[in-house]
Amino acid sequence: MFMIFGYSSALLFGQLLLGLINGAFYALLSLGLAIIFGMLNIVNFAHGALFMLGAFVAWALLEFLGIPYWWSLLIAPIVVGAFGIILEKVFIARLYKLDHLYGLLLTFGLALVIEGLARNQFGSSGMPFAIPPELQGGTDLGFMFMPNYRGWVVLASASVCLVVWLIIDKTSLGANLRAATENPALVQSFGINVPRMITLTYAAGVALAAFAGVLAAPIYSVNPGMGSSFIITVFAVVVIGGMGSIAGSILTGFGLGIVEGLTKVFYPQGSATVIFVVMVIVLLTRPAGLFGRGGH
Amino acid sequence: MFGFTRQHGIAFLVMFAAVVIAPFFLYPVFLMKVLCFALFACAYNLLIGYVGLGSFGHAAFFGMGGYIAAYTAKKWGFNPEIAIITGAAAGAALGAVFGWLSIRRQGIYFAMITLALSQMVYFFCNQASFTGGEDGIQQVPRGNLFGLISLQSDMAMYVVVSVVFLFGFLLIHRIVHSPFGQVLKAIRENEPRATSLGYRTNDYKLIVFILSAGIAGLAGGTKSLVFGIATLTDVANAMSGEVILMTLLGGMGTIFGPVLGAIMIGSIENYLAQLGAWFAVTQGVIFVLCIMFFRRGLLGELAARLKLSL
Repeated sequence: MFMIFGYSSALLFGQLLLGLINGAFYALLSLGLAIIFGMLNIVNFAHGALFMLGAFVAWALLEFLGIPYWWSLLIAPIVVGAFGIILEKVFIARLYKLDHLYGLLLTFGLALVIEGLARNQFGSSGMPFAIPPELQGGTDLGFMFMPNYRGWVVLASASVCLVVWLIIDKTSLGANLRAATENPALVQSFGINVPRMITLTYAAGVALAAFAGVLAAPIYSVNPGMGSSFIITVFAVVVIGGMGSIAGSILTGFGLGIVEGLTKVFYPQGSATVIFVVMVIVLLTRPAGLFGRGGH
Repeated sequence: MFGFTRQHGIAFLVMFAAVVIAPFFLYPVFLMKVLCFALFACAYNLLIGYVGLGSFGHAAFFGMGGYIAAYTAKKWGFNPEIAIITGAAAGAALGAVFGWLSIRRQGIYFAMITLALSQMVYFFCNQASFTGGEDGIQQVPRGNLFGLISLQSDMAMYVVVSVVFLFGFLLIHRIVHSPFGQVLKAIRENEPRATSLGYRTNDYKLIVFILSAGIAGLAGGTKSLVFGIATLTDVANAMSGEVILMTLLGGMGTIFGPVLGAIMIGSIENYLAQLGAWFAVTQGVIFVLCIMFFRRGLLGELAARLKLSL
C-alpha cells in the first residue's frame, strides 16, 4: 500500500472501485433508457421499478425454487422482459401518437403500482441476498484489496454494455433498429415488422434493468425502494450524457460513477449530490448534453 | 372583474359557497389540508396545463415554502401572514433557479431535470441544520394574525387558509386569462410558432415557472402553519407525484379541475392512510386509468361532454 495526495492507495482505489460499481449500474440503466427512448420516444419511469423487480425475481428463484444466482442472471431478465412485453402491449403501445408527457405519466404510475405492491408484500426493510459461493472473498491486488464480487459486477456490466453496443452498431439487426429509430414508416415499407421491433426493444431495455437488478441484489439488500433511489440519479446521468448515443450513455454512466467515488474520498458530504451538480454545470455549458444531438 | 365568463362566475360562486359552508359539516383540519393541496395543484396546473411544462419536482417549492414559513414563524417570531409570504418568496426564489436551469431543455429532459434538482433539494433539506433533518421543524406556533388575532382555534385558521386559497385561485385565474396567459397557451400549442411571432418564449416560461413555484410555496407555507410542522415528506418526490396526480385526475388545463382532484386524492388518502403502501398502489392505478381512459381528467371530460369551459 502507498500514498497518493496524502490518501492511502487502499482508500483511494477502494472508493474508485465503489464508484465504478455504481457506474456499472448507471451505465446498464441509462443504456436501457437510451435504447427504449430511441425506439419508443418515451422515458421509461418504470425503469427503477423493473430493476427492483429483477432483484426480487432472483431472490424468489433462490428462495422458493433453489435456483442459484448464475441462472437468475439469465432467467430474471427473461421474466422481466416478458413482463415488459405485456406492459408495452397493454399500456404503452396506445400512447405513441400522443405527447411525450403521457408516456412519462403512465410509466410513473406503473412504477408506483409495482413498488407499492412489492412494499405491501415484502415490507420496506428488504431481504439479504448472499454472494454466490464462487465469488466470496477477495483478492489482494497490492495497491488495494478487492472483493471478488465487486470486481465481477464491473466486469459483467462492462461486457454486457459492450455486447449491446456491438449489436446495435455492427450487426444488421442493429442497422434495422437504428433505421427504424430515424424513420419507422420507411423501414416498415421494407417489410420489417416495426411494431414487433418496438415491443422487443422495450423488452430488451427492461431486461437490461433486470440484469442490473440481479447484479445489485448481493450488494444492496433486495428491497422495494432500491430502484427509486437509483433511478433519479440515472435520470441526471441521462441528462448529462444525452440519449442520442449508445456509447455515450455507457461512458457517461461509468464516468459519473467514478466521479462520485472520487468525491467520496475528497469531499464526502458532496458525494450524494455531485452528479446533480455535474448536471447543472453541463446544462449551463452544453445544454444538449455531452453526447446529445440537439434537444428533443 | 378577474375576467370571469358567466360559467366560471357561477362555478366560482358554487366553490365559494362550498368553502364557506364546509367547516360546519366537515372536520376543519381536513378541509384546510385539502385547500392547501388544492392551491398547490392549481399552481402546478398553471405550468403543466397552460404551458405544457411537465415538472416532476414541484415538491421542492411546496416543501421549501413550508420549511421557511415554519422556521421564520418559530425561530424569528414572524407573524403568520409574514411567515407565509416569506415561504412563498422562498418557493419563488427556488423556482427562479430551477426554471433558469430547466427551461434550457424541453419535454422529457425538462421533466428529468426538475426531478433531479428536487432530489438535490431533498438531500439538502435532509442534511441542513435549519430543517431539523429527520425530525423536521416541530411545534410551529400559528401565532396571531397581524399580531392581533389568535389563530389557535381551527375556525380562525380556516378563515385564513380559505382567504389564502381563494386569493391564489383568483390570481391563477387572472394570469391564465390575461394577454400573458394567451401567450402561454400559444407556447403550449406551438412553441416555434410563438417564437416566430416575436415572443421570447423562454422569458415567458421562466416567469410562469417562478409564479407557479411561488404559489406552491404559498400553499406549503400555509400548510406548515396549519399543522405546526414542516417535514421531509413535503419536499420528497412522492409529493411531486401526488400533485401531478391531483392535477391529472381533476383535469390538466381546466381552472377548477385541480381543486376537484385535490379533494378526491385528499379524501382517498384520509381513508387509506392506515393501509400504508396501498395508497401508493391506488395512486398508481388512478394514474394509469387516467392516462388510458380519460386524459383530460374528470372535469376536462365533463366540460367536453357539456361543451363548457371549466
